[in-house]
Amino acid sequence: MPTMMSGGEIVIRALKDAGVETVWGYPGGAALHIYDALFRQDDVHHLLVRHEQAAVHAADGFSRSTGKVGTVLVTSGPGATNAITGIATAYMDSVPMVVISGQVAMSKIGQDAFQETDMVGVSRPIVKHSFLVTRTEEIAETIAKAYYIASTGRPGPVVVDIPKDVTDPDYKIAYKWPANIKMRSYQPTDKGHRGQIRRAVKTLVEAKRPVIYTGGGIILDNAAEQLTQLAQKLNFPVTNTLMGLGGYPATDTQYLGMLGMHGTYEANTAMHHADVIFAVGARFDDRVTNDLEKFCPSATIIHVDVDPTSISKNINAHIPIVGTCSAVLKEMSIIADELEAEPDKEALANWWAQINQWRDDKGIYTANRYAPSGGDLIKPQDVIKTLYQVTDGQAFVTSDVGQHQMFAAQYYLFDKPRRWINSGGLGTMGFGLPAAMGVQLAFPDAPVACVTGEGSIQMCIQELSTCSQYKLPIKIISLNNSALGMVRQWQDMNYSSRYSQSLYEESLPDFVALAEAYGHVGMKVTRYEDLEAKMRECFELRDRVVFMDICVDQAEHVYPMQVPGGSMRDLWLSKTEKT
Amino acid sequence: MKRIISILLENESGALSRVVGLFAQRGYNIDTLTVAPTDDDTLSRLTLTTQGDDEMAEQMVKQLHKLIDTIKVVDLTVGAHIERELMLVKIKAVGNEVRNELKSCVEIFRGHVIDVTSSTYTVQLAGDSDKLDAFIEAVREIGVMEVVRSGVSGISRGDKFLRV
Repeated sequence: MPTMMSGGEIVIRALKDAGVETVWGYPGGAALHIYDALFRQDDVHHLLVRHEQAAVHAADGFSRSTGKVGTVLVTSGPGATNAITGIATAYMDSVPMVVISGQVAMSKIGQDAFQETDMVGVSRPIVKHSFLVTRTEEIAETIAKAYYIASTGRPGPVVVDIPKDVTDPDYKIAYKWPANIKMRSYQPTDKGHRGQIRRAVKTLVEAKRPVIYTGGGIILDNAAEQLTQLAQKLNFPVTNTLMGLGGYPATDTQYLGMLGMHGTYEANTAMHHADVIFAVGARFDDRVTNDLEKFCPSATIIHVDVDPTSISKNINAHIPIVGTCSAVLKEMSIIADELEAEPDKEALANWWAQINQWRDDKGIYTANRYAPSGGDLIKPQDVIKTLYQVTDGQAFVTSDVGQHQMFAAQYYLFDKPRRWINSGGLGTMGFGLPAAMGVQLAFPDAPVACVTGEGSIQMCIQELSTCSQYKLPIKIISLNNSALGMVRQWQDMNYSSRYSQSLYEESLPDFVALAEAYGHVGMKVTRYEDLEAKMRECFELRDRVVFMDICVDQAEHVYPMQVPGGSMRDLWLSKTEKT
Repeated sequence: MKRIISILLENESGALSRVVGLFAQRGYNIDTLTVAPTDDDTLSRLTLTTQGDDEMAEQMVKQLHKLIDTIKVVDLTVGAHIERELMLVKIKAVGNEVRNELKSCVEIFRGHVIDVTSSTYTVQLAGDSDKLDAFIEAVREIGVMEVVRSGVSGISRGDKFLRV
């Protein structure tokens, strides 16, 4: 006898069969049959957030830190639309995720019913795919397809919208989980074209001034090890994008730092002068390239990506290779061995001498390029450096969006993938705190720091309550400069310091008292001399949420910064110095 | 240049809106669009025409292919192909002289008069888009009252075919 189940029960059972252990969500009318089925079992655990946006960010943080598919459950209408910002965030950064939304009953769809929103329509441009389930019989297969689509090829969020009557507890059918999913319309490429890979290897070994430029694809595809091996075999310099940090060990000498708008001088300058650029799992985003017309004038571009639409979208690739980063890098190593190809040692020695010169001249890791902290003056860079020291470089760091994000990306050196979790593509303020919850849930004993600012943190601050409920002892490192720092920086640079709506004046809450109101520990740091001791104290409170409100220099800017309309190497290095 | 892009699509609700949405989202224009089920009713064949250089067309084809519901996508303009469009035109036709002139014009263009009143002719015409444009120009002065065009359908020449 097959097990007879209602639609609500099938949803939960299908989640279990898809390997889901935790779901982040928020109940409401159209999802109540599903929530009731959830209550009557113990396999799938649910965490109740305080706003649906946070449910999606938490599932996102969980996914980015573990590589598993994140799962979200929300109700129709406002539940679904509140999830939209989170879904768009996941979509831009290719995070595998399944979002199940309740929908009004089939008979009410199109009637402007209470809490009705066309979720499939609203989410269409920001999902990898979406489904409206119209029959109970379709639930199991649809959920199986959703997980398959979300996690394969270029990953991304998939929405499954389920009308309430489809989960009716009184309508029971036999449950069957599809053993394997085949779709004639979806067959993602895995291995790259062997001929192209051969060409790429030959081009690489002949390079005089090569740069390996890698992005989030390396992280998503768990290809950091293959990348590191190949890069070290070739002795080529490596730079990572904001999304790719940790793809190559940041403390290794071959690492040039991040590239792009706030990338290092040596990474951006090396890119500009490169004769071969080997791009893997990166997409030549506008925050990397600066002006496309002036981008790397003498470079032959080899571009590996699992998504063909990323190749030659912004920058024409001379050697395009469609395939997963891990499969292609592995194949490259094999072919390099077969060809017994050796890179040009003399040319590389010259190239490294040049790069080291750039590092010594203007790199941010060879000397401090900003004024020292002391007394009441705390430089935001020094907060990140202190965080790095105190956590031994071993923390998971989530971030919000703004100056603090760039400082964290520059000064926290990630040696491992999946440790740096930020909203790179969409740039979603409010991401950091809920994402940290997802990470902490996955790694209950690991230090998890949310680097944020007093602006971003207030966009999802209600989640301090969720942290209490589920004992998620994250550490909030808030760089408080009483201003929207990055907005203020742009207003300094482009609007003659007219600070239109970027200052909080005297309106900020007492963050220490606020943290305490939620049952957490609050700490305020105003003097540089106290910073390290307080930070150590913070991380010693292993089972508590600690909110560190750190008053940093409002006038500080993030440098280097690419000059708009220039090439990659055209950089502001400080308020007065330009390359 | 003009592009004719042909797509085999799962015949499912929402599939068409994904294609149309993609064009809006990526900033491409759709000049014409036709869609109907094929002999296999789980599949729709969609033909759209748009403007774009080689790079744009390549990107469009790749983006379309990325949609989960699309099974095959080709840019027909890359190879030899046939395009056809159906047009129905209602034209003012008053007086013998005008009616005779219209009839001969319809004959020249190998069309058919498919409905007649004392003051109008309704003409059916099939062909490539240029031919339909030319017919409109030829009868414009007589008095075009209404034009209905189906949008372009296309198929490649020779042995090549688009099928699952």
